[in-house]
Amino acid sequence: MACNQQTATAPKSDAQKANQVEIFSWWTGAGEEDGLKALIKLFKEKNPDIEVINAAVAGGAGTNAKTVLATRMQGNDPPDTFQVHGGAELNDSWVAAGKMEPLNDFYKQQGWTDKFPPALIDLVSKGGNIYSVPVDIHRGNVLWYNKKIFDQYGLKPPTTFDEFFKVADTLKAKGITPLALGDKEPWTATQLFENILLGTLGPNDYDKLWKGQLSFEDPRIKQALATFKKMLTYVNQDHAARNWQDGVQLVGKGEAAMNVMGDWAKGYLTNDLKLKPNQDFGWAPFPGTNGTFVIITDTFGLPKGIKHPEATKKFLAVLGSVEGQDAFNPLKGSIPARLDADPKKYDVYGQQTMKDFKNSKLVPSLAHGSAAPEGFVTQFNQLINTFVTQGNIDLAIQMMKQDATANLGVK
Amino acid sequence: MAQASPFTTPQTHPKKRSGRNREKWIAFLFLLPSILAIAIFVYGFIGWTGYISLSKWNTFVQDLTFSGLDNYRFLFNDFRFQSDLRNTIIFTVLFTLLCIGLGLFLAVLLDQKIKWEGLFRNIFIFPMALSFIVTGVVWQWIFNPSTGINLILKKIGITDPPLWYVQTRVVLPLHIGQIQFGVPMALIAVVIAAVWQLSGFTMAMYLSGLRSIPDELKEAARVDGATEWQTFRYILLPQLKPITFSAVIILGHISLKIFDLIYAMTGPGAAFVTDMPGLYMVETTFKGSHYAQGASIAIIMLLLVSLLIVPYLIFTFRKEETP
Repeated sequence: MACNQQTATAPKSDAQKANQVEIFSWWTGAGEEDGLKALIKLFKEKNPDIEVINAAVAGGAGTNAKTVLATRMQGNDPPDTFQVHGGAELNDSWVAAGKMEPLNDFYKQQGWTDKFPPALIDLVSKGGNIYSVPVDIHRGNVLWYNKKIFDQYGLKPPTTFDEFFKVADTLKAKGITPLALGDKEPWTATQLFENILLGTLGPNDYDKLWKGQLSFEDPRIKQALATFKKMLTYVNQDHAARNWQDGVQLVGKGEAAMNVMGDWAKGYLTNDLKLKPNQDFGWAPFPGTNGTFVIITDTFGLPKGIKHPEATKKFLAVLGSVEGQDAFNPLKGSIPARLDADPKKYDVYGQQTMKDFKNSKLVPSLAHGSAAPEGFVTQFNQLINTFVTQGNIDLAIQMMKQDATANLGVK
Repeated sequence: MAQASPFTTPQTHPKKRSGRNREKWIAFLFLLPSILAIAIFVYGFIGWTGYISLSKWNTFVQDLTFSGLDNYRFLFNDFRFQSDLRNTIIFTVLFTLLCIGLGLFLAVLLDQKIKWEGLFRNIFIFPMALSFIVTGVVWQWIFNPSTGINLILKKIGITDPPLWYVQTRVVLPLHIGQIQFGVPMALIAVVIAAVWQLSGFTMAMYLSGLRSIPDELKEAARVDGATEWQTFRYILLPQLKPITFSAVIILGHISLKIFDLIYAMTGPGAAFVTDMPGLYMVETTFKGSHYAQGASIAIIMLLLVSLLIVPYLIFTFRKEETP
């Protein structure tokens, strides 16, 4: 039997080699892995003759996967398609290195050009060419709060910084930690600060800052750092020992009242902590950022020199289709990147976020590598980490200027 | 000298010289692959790393333009790297001293011909069998300010328990560059974990050292009326010198290169109080795509380790020359 099988599969596997697609991602966690599997299943139904190789590499936020990918890309052994955050993470690395195929014709052929918001298409484009297909959207400027605590003390989610500090003072007086933070990995603190920057500068100047068109000497940067410093006096004392899940958990369990996190926090609250949206926990845009949507988007592109471009294009077609997006996103806990997806497939949080996504100004996230090159982000994380402990505003601004000079080309 | 081992080469006869030459050649051929591999994969790559460290390759796109010492200059002006150097020095000193002190203490205790010696020996050496990653994860739980050892401290009435590795205070601060030079409190927690892991190793080294000292020496000292302490101080301790020397070298190079323990236990820590060059090197190279800066850190680490290893090599070389 075994022998027969071997001889039977040997020639077949050769034939299959022409019809394969290798999908590289870091989706190995709960929710995201289910989403990916649903996507692959849908793809197989449509293309039964193409073999899918799921080359997911485990590791938080893709750190390990990115290292493996960098090695493969530089060794000219690219996977057929790979997960990459839209924005600088895509444009300043693989696209800048000339390793990606433009997808303009493919978008036209699929009729996608008006199906995604223009700001999102901009994010995955460089020099007028589109380089990847967005599959999901996460929002980065969400304030999560414990609904029971807020109801108990008759509090409303704050919409401005003044309101935030008033709410925080009330909570502190009641002996509740107002703001949960888990910045063992420094990006969570960076994410909090980028939200404060957005609330202080507004979306246009926020955008300009990362493009090197607004100086870090702008007085409002100082103001944002002062707000940040004040906000840090309301966080849990052991924040540096906790990760983002711990921060969300503090709010879920009622040990703290608020947390600032991307909307993957919702998946954690509902799936892992078994809490109910709008009943156990609530959400609001981060103070001062109503009408703005900090996007984090996972996208897939077409590397140059791959072995199966036709099969890969078929996969990208499924990825960008309404059907594909609606198979993937409800499971991952994100919302679809397409504007014409079916809201009924999403929970109450998802439906509201889809509405906000359509009606808000979209800006990229720095903490997740969309707004600026990775080198800038790494150093920015470092200086935020230093600032969180030392609270030295002048030093922070000086380091931001250095970082901008070294990595954004600001003179 | 003493006995002729079966492997001793027989007396040479002129007739056999050509055969010996052949043997030499065969031996050389067998060694050749490893010599080549070491030449390429060790020295070649050290050279390549050094070359990259002098380039401008600080983005994803390869750029090998010569930039002189710019990367090194950047690092020595960098808050994070200055913190790293401070941490490496403090960590190495504390870790080496404590491991040696504790190891020697345990070895002397075990050398008292006690019952269950084998059992105790195994208990103390056991941590060494674990990987640093495991140690890091476990001690991260133990020292977690809200869930670990502090739960016990709170139970016995200590209301303000230590923050352990979350603490950002630097004791005995002295401003050098942008950083406070002193002992970061957070590092203490890491030192405890590292000492736990490796003091059993120094104990084993010292124990074998103590056992190799002939009993007659101790007996003679006692007969001459030396106290236990005097015997230890003037007879045993000097005999253990070479072991201390080896321990310093081994522990020192482990601590200068330390990565996994810190990575699993604390990461860089708040304001980089527990950061080490190894961590910075990995993050800046593989997360930030700053290849040239990463290479510079690697070269600096190599230089730090060679500060330890080169004197050791000279020492052993001299010893071999004068038998």
